[in-house]
Amino acid sequence: MNAIESCLVSKRYFRTWALRDCSLAIPAGHVVALVGPNGAGKTTLLNMAAGLLAPTAGRLTVLGGQRPGSDSARACIGFVAQDAPLYRHLPVGDMLQVARNLNVTWDNKRALDRLAGLSIPLDRKVGALSGGQRAQLALTIALAKRPALLILDEPVASLDPLARHDFLASLMTAVAEDGLTVVFSSHIVTELERIADYLVVLNQGRLQVAGAVDDLLARHRIFTGHSGELLLDSNRYDVVQAMQAGAQTRLLVKTAAPAEPAPAGWLGQRASLEELVLGYLRDPAASALPAPDLAAAARSSRQTA
Amino acid sequence: MSIDKGSNEVGSPIGFRLEADSGVPTYLQLVQQVEQALRLGYLGEGDRLPTVKEAVQSLAINPNTVLKAYRELEHRGLAAGRPGQGTFICGTLRRVGVAEQAALRGSLLGWLTEADAAGLDPDGMAALFTAALRDFLDSRGERRPGRRGNAGRGGRRVGEVA
Repeated sequence: MNAIESCLVSKRYFRTWALRDCSLAIPAGHVVALVGPNGAGKTTLLNMAAGLLAPTAGRLTVLGGQRPGSDSARACIGFVAQDAPLYRHLPVGDMLQVARNLNVTWDNKRALDRLAGLSIPLDRKVGALSGGQRAQLALTIALAKRPALLILDEPVASLDPLARHDFLASLMTAVAEDGLTVVFSSHIVTELERIADYLVVLNQGRLQVAGAVDDLLARHRIFTGHSGELLLDSNRYDVVQAMQAGAQTRLLVKTAAPAEPAPAGWLGQRASLEELVLGYLRDPAASALPAPDLAAAARSSRQTA
Repeated sequence: MSIDKGSNEVGSPIGFRLEADSGVPTYLQLVQQVEQALRLGYLGEGDRLPTVKEAVQSLAINPNTVLKAYRELEHRGLAAGRPGQGTFICGTLRRVGVAEQAALRGSLLGWLTEADAAGLDPDGMAALFTAALRDFLDSRGERRPGRRGNAGRGGRRVGEVA
């Protein structure tokens, strides 16, 4: 089952295209990082998956073909928008009550247990909580409906390092307990490797990279060698980014086969996820996308629909 | 919630830590820490490794990474999962006797003195040792001592041995 599937999805705000021709198939059961610079279209894509926005063109479905925003999809999706919007003047307990009344499924014991574990008092006003506590409260509310898919827009952007660690730890614990799919956006690329096992890179409204992190890392290498000896077999290697420094050239290379060795005279090293992401973001023309027949498959499903 | 999850690790003799910039994949860092603990005697047969939830809670990492590390330990014949109970140490790494270790250390110190006299700096010594180790293992037709079974997908280079 695919948690999110999109076929040639585009979104236009007046004259600006926020997203162009985005075809994606994110399998369920992953922790998916949606990465890209500001204005890349991350929030637009997440809002469409949550059912808050409709695409201008193309088709997007969630959790195995459901229409975003339908009753069945909404019951299975937890969504936390940027900066964890909550009613700041309400005490935490009342905030829970509001969320309980707005959701069909609600595990109140779980919510109360989590808040007790985090030492967040129920009588404290939401506005008086620290940023980290507010983020944890929003996560608690989103998890209390026991979603199959949890969508988080920039969940850790405004948190200090300690609060970020604690937030990610409780998020990952929820994944270990429930096996839910998480899709989160971030413009912070460090630490991603620990959290995400599926990566989607958006850049200037276009999809640039999509794939399981293990596969992506297996197919990307850093080659270092003397400048001027740049003769790579383009059937085996695809240069994503080249960094020249006088006598030395360093290349981020996409290889045709996993764990491809470096050519003679070159040093081959493992690329970190951060290097991979930065390499692609610096060159918006490069891409690493799976399943070239995705569009065709989606077209046929549209014909049957 | 605090970062120190010491109380959650009751039941396992070890806890994990991560080095962000080591270049070693996260799951391999966990595997190496278990091997290290076995060599140093912190872990013995029958000991329980941290549960996936404990490891995830203390490190804030993807649970699949912990599972992958434990699968790799099973491949290497060092650990076995017991359904509903956790993952337990079931093998040992051959440990070298204290006297033998001291003798080896002595001859290595002799080599280091020679290398220093020849003008090699510490990084140069490490690079030379790593290269020689790689040649030695290649000549023996294996990539790493003490390995049993398949390394899985993330097969590592000898140069990455900590």
